[in-house]
Amino acid sequence: MTPELGYAATVAALVLAVYGSGAAAWSAVKGRSDLRASSERAAVGVWLLITACMLLLVYAFLTFDFSVKYVATNTNRGTPFYYRITALWGALEGSIILWAWMLSLYTLIMVSRYRRTQPQLYPWALAVMLGIAAFFLLVMTIPAPPFERLSPIPADGRGLNPLLEDSGMITHPVALYLGFTGFTVPFAFAMAALIVGRTGDEWITITRRWTIIAWYFLSLGLLIGGWWSYHVLGWGGYWAWDPVENAAFMPWLTATAFLHSVMIQERRRMLKLWNLALIILTFSLTIFGTFLTRSGIIGSVHAFSQGSVGQFFLAFLALVVLGALSLLAWRLDRLRAQGELDSIVSRESAFLLNNLFLIAAAFTVFFGTVFPLLSEAIKGVKVSVGAPFFNLVNIPIFLALIFLMGVGPLIAWRRASAENLRRNFLKPVLIGIAAAALCRALGVANTVVLVCLALVGFVAATIALDFARAARARRRTGDAWREATWGLALRQNRRYGGFVVHLGILTIALGVAGSQAWSTQTEATLNLGETVELGGYTIRFEGLQAAEESNHFKVTGAFTVTDRRGPYTVLTPAKKFYPQEQTPIAAVDYRLGFFEDLYLVLGEFARDGSHATIKIQINRMVSWLWIGGLVLTLGAALAIAPERRRTPAVPRAGERAVA
Amino acid sequence: MNRKVKFIAGGLVIVAALAYLIYAGVSQSVVYFVTPSELGAAPVAGKSYRLGGMVQPGTLKWEPKALDLRFVLSDGQASVPVRHRGTPPDLFAEGRGAVVEGTWSRDGYFQATTILAKHSEEYKAPHDASQAGYKELLKTLRGTDGKP
Repeated sequence: MTPELGYAATVAALVLAVYGSGAAAWSAVKGRSDLRASSERAAVGVWLLITACMLLLVYAFLTFDFSVKYVATNTNRGTPFYYRITALWGALEGSIILWAWMLSLYTLIMVSRYRRTQPQLYPWALAVMLGIAAFFLLVMTIPAPPFERLSPIPADGRGLNPLLEDSGMITHPVALYLGFTGFTVPFAFAMAALIVGRTGDEWITITRRWTIIAWYFLSLGLLIGGWWSYHVLGWGGYWAWDPVENAAFMPWLTATAFLHSVMIQERRRMLKLWNLALIILTFSLTIFGTFLTRSGIIGSVHAFSQGSVGQFFLAFLALVVLGALSLLAWRLDRLRAQGELDSIVSRESAFLLNNLFLIAAAFTVFFGTVFPLLSEAIKGVKVSVGAPFFNLVNIPIFLALIFLMGVGPLIAWRRASAENLRRNFLKPVLIGIAAAALCRALGVANTVVLVCLALVGFVAATIALDFARAARARRRTGDAWREATWGLALRQNRRYGGFVVHLGILTIALGVAGSQAWSTQTEATLNLGETVELGGYTIRFEGLQAAEESNHFKVTGAFTVTDRRGPYTVLTPAKKFYPQEQTPIAAVDYRLGFFEDLYLVLGEFARDGSHATIKIQINRMVSWLWIGGLVLTLGAALAIAPERRRTPAVPRAGERAVA
Repeated sequence: MNRKVKFIAGGLVIVAALAYLIYAGVSQSVVYFVTPSELGAAPVAGKSYRLGGMVQPGTLKWEPKALDLRFVLSDGQASVPVRHRGTPPDLFAEGRGAVVEGTWSRDGYFQATTILAKHSEEYKAPHDASQAGYKELLKTLRGTDGKP
């Protein structure tokens, strides 16, 4: 019964979404409020039906209904309870449900928020949102039906991909998809603005918070993905420039550009066309990413099933891009900038450069990802460019971006005078140089790391300088310390939230630079009781143990570790043998530290336990990535929080420009 | 007007720098994807390749003490001997697909720096033969270790 019910709900939701989209558009054309109310009820219905689909699939998972192919492929009787729920988005069909569900949820929130306040733009935005939801429901109906039957019904399922049995897999896809779908709202309002012809900053002001939220979830998704890769995949890295990662990174880059360039539009009435193009690009890239990874045109180490899904996504992508660009062309005359650039040395141009570099980074990532396709099409040679390409090209771009991160928020609007530059940047530049010199004296020899350290020092100093100055000014007007610092951050939360996010990015940058430059590893085969040394740690092989878990069989190695001060810890890396997999899966063991992580991977071993091969890595400063992620979370929360004005009478227009 | 020219010139400089960066990046890190027959036909020593094929059954040799891994990759027509220092990755096994990255050595073998094993997504019912294998392994290990 469950599959039939699920399929019926999917089709009903599809019909309702198509109707709702049409009704919303027609209500806007004719100004009929009864149709509008009807389209809103359709949006509620779509959400309810997709929720029902999800619950039905969860029910099928929990009851081991192996007549559903998706359940049989992604779970078996041994799969632990939690992973039977998260198996919901363990593969393509379920991810599409999750995507559609989040989209319908965002649609509902949008309806409840803007129904009364945005009578002109909102019906069109609703039409666009429901139209996009209809596409995902179409995918759920034809090329990727989650409720497809399996016949004959197997006695047991294949089981979840063991690599997905991890807490990261609970949060990573959810965060990532919240990010992806989140950009649908600004996109929908942008389209609405174009259709209605109100191409001012209205749509940007309305969707500002949505953009930050979507951007934050996307960042979080990427970071959790890195953490998952680091502690599950057993290669000791967090980013491999794999097509799947790149597919999520490209929209992040363009969204970051968008987040910054909207400030120029709000403040100077410039870049209207550019901002519309950026949100169209960001949304298209989220669709493109899915196409890229699901169509099988690019080989990836992430294993995905292939099928006609790719063609659906390609057709939808073409529709989105062509439709959006036609609207853009139609309204081109209304998109002239009202302000213009006055000087190269100004905040506007710093933001423009920031955008240029972010788009350049997105382009290089795109280029490197599709390079094998280009090369095969043009020259007929199968070639690829790997991590070295991405690192080589992106390191200078990202260093430039960090530099601009220091310049942008402090440099004057329109035209920066020599006095403004000296006042804001002399001390930070000196601090940056001093920081690099100090690290050089302490033995840091890597040039890229030194440049990165200098830039991080510079940016951190600009942020500290700005905050100290503002707090001091508050103190002079008679505020207490608490009010002058914490209160200031809360009152100008957009600006200081942005600064905190910048601090998080700086922390991550240090983590990336440090881990790339200073990590070290070795591999050794140890007999029982033998030791190996690396970076001050002595690792002794104590033996192997075997155990049977609910759905796999596990061989665990015990290794005692002593550091310079004495006994440090016992690490137990393991190998897991899943019946449904032909080869074992490594379970790494590690001790995380502020400056370095000790990371052990069990390799081949003798069946009698007499010797085992072990890979030992000392990964330096990787923890800074995760700490940076926390800082970023705080900053984003601060930036999203509603603005708190103590004295609304005081005009603060000049202060709220940067966030 | 002058200002506009300056902006355009600045933009062009940045775009040119970027183009150069991409060009340099590609020429430094391009890796040719070849099959064993293609590599066998015209091997160039020292050039970076990504070689894909199947690990020929019976050719996998692993010397734990020396961390020396040797196997033969084949595409049905030609086969290439491969050497690698370090443990094989988890998804790597005889009779399965693998992609190795590295260079052709003058001594007549492929020196791999990275092994990427191919993960199969096909539906497979769990088979008891392998489970029996695990049970045996479990017994052996319990015997030597003396722990449950």
